[in-house]
Amino acid sequence: MTDPAATARPMVEARAVSKRFGSNEVLKGISLTVDRGQVMCVIGPSGSGKSTFLRCINHLEVVDAGRLYVDGDLIGYRERGDKLYELKPTEAARQRRDIGMVFQHFNLFPHLTALENVVEAPIRVKGVTRREALERGRELLARVGLGSHANHYPAQLSGGQQQRVAIARALAMEPKLMLFDEPTSALDPELVGEVLDVMRELASTGMTMVVVTHEMGFAREVGDTLVFMDGGVVVEAGDPREVLANPQHQRTQAFLSKVL
Amino acid sequence: MTDEQHPEAIRAIRLRHPWRIAVAVILIILVVLFVLDAAQRKAFGWQYVGKYIFDKRISEAALVTLELTVLSMVIGIVLGLILAVMRLSPNPVVKAVAWVYLWIFRGTPVYVQLVFWGLITLIYNSIIIGIPFVHTWDTIAIDWVPPLFFISVVGLSLNEAAYMAEIVRAGLLSVDHGQEEAAKALGMSWSQTMTRIVIPQAMRVIIPPTGNEVISMLKTTTLVAAVPFTLDLFGRARDISAETFTPIPLLIVASIWYLFFTSILMVGQYFLEKRFQRGTRRGTPIIDGDSVAPAAVGGPVIGGQGGTR
Repeated sequence: MTDPAATARPMVEARAVSKRFGSNEVLKGISLTVDRGQVMCVIGPSGSGKSTFLRCINHLEVVDAGRLYVDGDLIGYRERGDKLYELKPTEAARQRRDIGMVFQHFNLFPHLTALENVVEAPIRVKGVTRREALERGRELLARVGLGSHANHYPAQLSGGQQQRVAIARALAMEPKLMLFDEPTSALDPELVGEVLDVMRELASTGMTMVVVTHEMGFAREVGDTLVFMDGGVVVEAGDPREVLANPQHQRTQAFLSKVL
Repeated sequence: MTDEQHPEAIRAIRLRHPWRIAVAVILIILVVLFVLDAAQRKAFGWQYVGKYIFDKRISEAALVTLELTVLSMVIGIVLGLILAVMRLSPNPVVKAVAWVYLWIFRGTPVYVQLVFWGLITLIYNSIIIGIPFVHTWDTIAIDWVPPLFFISVVGLSLNEAAYMAEIVRAGLLSVDHGQEEAAKALGMSWSQTMTRIVIPQAMRVIIPPTGNEVISMLKTTTLVAAVPFTLDLFGRARDISAETFTPIPLLIVASIWYLFFTSILMVGQYFLEKRFQRGTRRGTPIIDGDSVAPAAVGGPVIGGQGGTR
């Protein structure tokens, strides 16, 4: 509203992002954009580089070549003239705190209760007062349907509940972008729905989301774009309904015929 | 019909273990013989044991031994924690400093280290101000002679820190890497991640072997004789026996006191291990097994390197 240029700017812009682990080239020039308020779902066989790409977006992995921008900020580096300067750890941490991340294995802090998990970062990183953080934390837990579980430890929660706490924990930092790394892959089938419901609700509020997933139903229903990755490249991208119903590329067809 | 649903409980004749009983009887006979024999032997000097066991000098020395143990352990734990965190630091300089420290203090016997610390005032008796090997502006003599108790604590705790560092490091490494990543993704700094997330979880693995270290330290304090500090339990017992020519009874007196302390510590250790070997902290029931961080990596094994450092 205030700055028309800012609203027009894509939330995520990847330009020829490449990443290798030793001699293994995991990402071979990924270029794509995610607009504000959009939900992008990324699918592909394991080893296709989709999780690595997601981890590059918040600098958990360091990009080897290409550029990655989140909300116009170059991730991990400062560009001055034609030189790149590595960011200090504190600066990298500042970039990360605006990007929420949800992991496949939840990674909740087991020694803290659900509520403590949610308020830890706002208090320590953002300097929010304890009282304010607790109030907001309770609201967020209620939002993911766990208002009555605030004082439970992660070990006392089911996988689906833990993942919902993890989503609340990420939201507590009021991120402008949410990354989901196979959020339902470690869950028992009957628990997948409750997590997807929370994500669906989040998408409806206009949160920008990048979701690496195997849930084709979710991708079709909630996703604004669907990206199919294989062998470190984007093979096909477009409207999820289009791509799922009528895949153009042979590799997409082969992959979808196995999972659908 | 009902028989099939509720079959009769099995009532089998128990397997007998005749050899166990036989060996136990033989052992009991041997122990009784040993005790009867020991009671009559003059060399043990039981009347002196009775006389000195509660001697004021001995009980005071026992207190000194406890002080040595507690002080050295507390300093050793704090320093060990710092060293372990340093070793895992992303900063290569900090890492190298910690490595060199461990290399020296774990690579030399604690007895030798204590002799060195005892001689420290001979080695460093002055501070030279100037450009090394070129010019000296001033030489300041160090007049302060630190008390031997102080030197003993320094020697024991600096050595202990090196061992504690390894225990703490094993604990820190036992925490799932995903924890660090989750903290990082929330924008937490490295030091926040360590103090708030990793170290609290590592405690489960660190605390049981630390109990072992306390027991070990209690016995290692006897080596302060190398400093030479002699007001500890063993030193005092030897001093008294040198006067009274009753070395064996006083060795028994000292042993009884050490055994008394270690027994108390071992009971404490038992409860500590029970407490920290539960599936999760606070002993909460596990509903979803998948979610729990990798089980403790055989905690108590890391410690016990006994008294032969």
